[in-house]
Amino acid sequence: MTINLNINDQKVSVPRGTTVLEAARKLNINIPTLCNHADLCVAGNCRVCVVEQKGARTLIAACAMPVSEGMDIYTNTLKVRNARKHIVELLLSEHRSDCTKCYKNQKCELQALANEFAFGDTIFLDLVEDHNYTIDRSSPSFIKDDSKCIRCQRCVRTCSELQYISAIAVSKKGSHQKISSFHNRPMSHVVCTNCGQCVNRCPTGALVEKTYIDQVWDAIYDTEKHVVVQTAPAVRVALGEDLGYDPGERVTGKMVTALKQLGIDSVLDTDFSADLTIMEEGTELLTRLKKALVDGDKNTVLPMFTSCSPGWIKFIEHKYPQFLPNLSTCKSPQQMFGALAKTFYAQKRHLDPSKIVSVSIMPCTAKKYEADRPEMRASGYKDIDFVLTTRELAVMIKQAGIDFRNLEPSRYDSVMGESTGAGVIFGATGGVMEAALRTAYEIVTGREVPFNNLNIIPARGMDGVKEATIKIEGCTGDWKFLEGVELKVAIAHGLTNANKVMKLVKSGKAAYHFIEIMACPGGCIGGGGQPIPTSMEIRKNRMKAIYSEDEHMVLRKSHENPEVIAIYKEFLGRPNSHLSHELLHTHYVERENY
Amino acid sequence: MYQVGNLVKKLSDKHGRKRESLMPILQGIVEKHNYLTDEAMVEVAKELDISAAEVYGTASFYTFLDTQVRGKYVIRVCKTITCSMKGKNEIIQTLEDILKIKVGETTSDKNFSLIETNCIGWCHKAPAILINEIPYTELTPEKIVEIIKGYLHK
Repeated sequence: MTINLNINDQKVSVPRGTTVLEAARKLNINIPTLCNHADLCVAGNCRVCVVEQKGARTLIAACAMPVSEGMDIYTNTLKVRNARKHIVELLLSEHRSDCTKCYKNQKCELQALANEFAFGDTIFLDLVEDHNYTIDRSSPSFIKDDSKCIRCQRCVRTCSELQYISAIAVSKKGSHQKISSFHNRPMSHVVCTNCGQCVNRCPTGALVEKTYIDQVWDAIYDTEKHVVVQTAPAVRVALGEDLGYDPGERVTGKMVTALKQLGIDSVLDTDFSADLTIMEEGTELLTRLKKALVDGDKNTVLPMFTSCSPGWIKFIEHKYPQFLPNLSTCKSPQQMFGALAKTFYAQKRHLDPSKIVSVSIMPCTAKKYEADRPEMRASGYKDIDFVLTTRELAVMIKQAGIDFRNLEPSRYDSVMGESTGAGVIFGATGGVMEAALRTAYEIVTGREVPFNNLNIIPARGMDGVKEATIKIEGCTGDWKFLEGVELKVAIAHGLTNANKVMKLVKSGKAAYHFIEIMACPGGCIGGGGQPIPTSMEIRKNRMKAIYSEDEHMVLRKSHENPEVIAIYKEFLGRPNSHLSHELLHTHYVERENY
Repeated sequence: MYQVGNLVKKLSDKHGRKRESLMPILQGIVEKHNYLTDEAMVEVAKELDISAAEVYGTASFYTFLDTQVRGKYVIRVCKTITCSMKGKNEIIQTLEDILKIKVGETTSDKNFSLIETNCIGWCHKAPAILINEIPYTELTPEKIVEIIKGYLHK
């Protein structure tokens, strides 16, 4: 049913249930918002979006008010302007406004509003000093600074709605109200997965990634050190957003050039180790299937879960520890790369591994935590020294005064810089599954996976949970036991969706063989380290770019990556070999559920 | 620390395991033990399949759902205007003297906690206090000494 109303004396017709805010947007009338976020439910707590309704006693919050027939809304009256100014001033009175020193300077939504509304002297007292605010630096991934929190609760809604964790919730009330973990414990000691989705949605500097930019500069300036960088697949389709491009622009070649200009000694690709992951994980899956289906081995459990996403790993460690044996033992591509950088790469390039500084550029904040895990020292050193987010790389490029737009593209260095389209699509939800199927199907049958142009469409797209069944036919040699087997797979992204799948698995109702799970909405393209803002539309554009990157690759199957073939020949032996297990596989830890 | 697992199960059976049962369950625990331990809150979270931070968030919202150690008898002195005008400070002074604790503290034998509270609705008979759920009104320092003596001998 259509509702007719007037906003600033302009007629607009919208479906019932539309909010005043959405109706105004339809007319290109901008109403400022703060607690509102496209990915989250309506909260209506910041009041910045107040507007005047003719005949109403009080101002109304446009984000929360559904339209009704004949409404007369005014968005820019004196009453509205004064109220908004006071609202922003009140928010600022409880916000530590050390803007020039803040990590979010110029990227802060509150600062932008202050710029519009609260110029000049304020009539309100600054209350920040009266509060005993704390700064929680315990997580290696992010910093939570309560003195900058305006309690809009975007983070709380993110953690609950998108991620089903609620590591943080609203505690206490009134002037004592605070976003806190269970009993105010340090974030490193609670159920938090370090996914950084809250960081992506915090409008102020209250939640920001923990930055390692200075440490990386130090390594670059240290002539003794050899700095190796790997870039994750999802970075190349999002970095541009922080450097003036529209979402969905592929800037792979320019990014490589920029990294070289920063002074990185060797610019390499996580896509290489993504291809390697497919070899290891694909082999692990086939071995598991054989053990479970043919040998009847009781210790081999199915379904097997992917293990690339460190947010997902921590989620299952906290929430479903009984399913840890179902996790692939494969390290994530970042960590496989790290273990090889200080062993294989060091040997190849005749370098002392103690002089190598291994840096990864990730769309992810949980990767910072992953790199710090005690298990991740297989090379005898810390396999990954520093993890930078996509956002941090953009900052470094700006700091170096690089004219990114006018850079000539260049190619990754070697070794460990070669990749295939299968490695690239790791960046989107369903990508690991698609890459694994492209290789596993061919290993088993000797033929390409039966989808047009290798594009496994059922694995793609933004549906929260995707399922596919692939009938395996024409098996060769050792794989005869899989003849006629219908391989059932599932894919979930965002931990709320992961939880749905886990509930199914726990109930025993789902007979999946293989499940891909990514902690973030859309997969890594929507990661907690990606440029801000984020929305479904932005993530879809990044996803499109990932698949277009894949389409443009000459090689699109992991097992055809020449450097992957070479590393098995020269160094690792074969997938799941003894050395592979030592360097590329890991184990997991049961954690408390709070 | 008190054992709470069975109590939480019993209360969950009684009130149900939906989100809206959280309050009566927390109240049930406090009724029995005067405050919520971390263990109790984790147990409730597990039973209702919600996060422990959410349980803590709810508990910390309500003054009467304490998340800090409280004694067997929780003395809440009304701190709002009427009681203040009618001699609240003297009452607190007397209580601090006989219990040898300050406001916000608990005696070392874990028998008494002394805290202030917002209005408890006994303005017409101010000053007033609550000891657990029992109100005592129109207090004087002499009266309060007698009341506490009664509790000491319980």
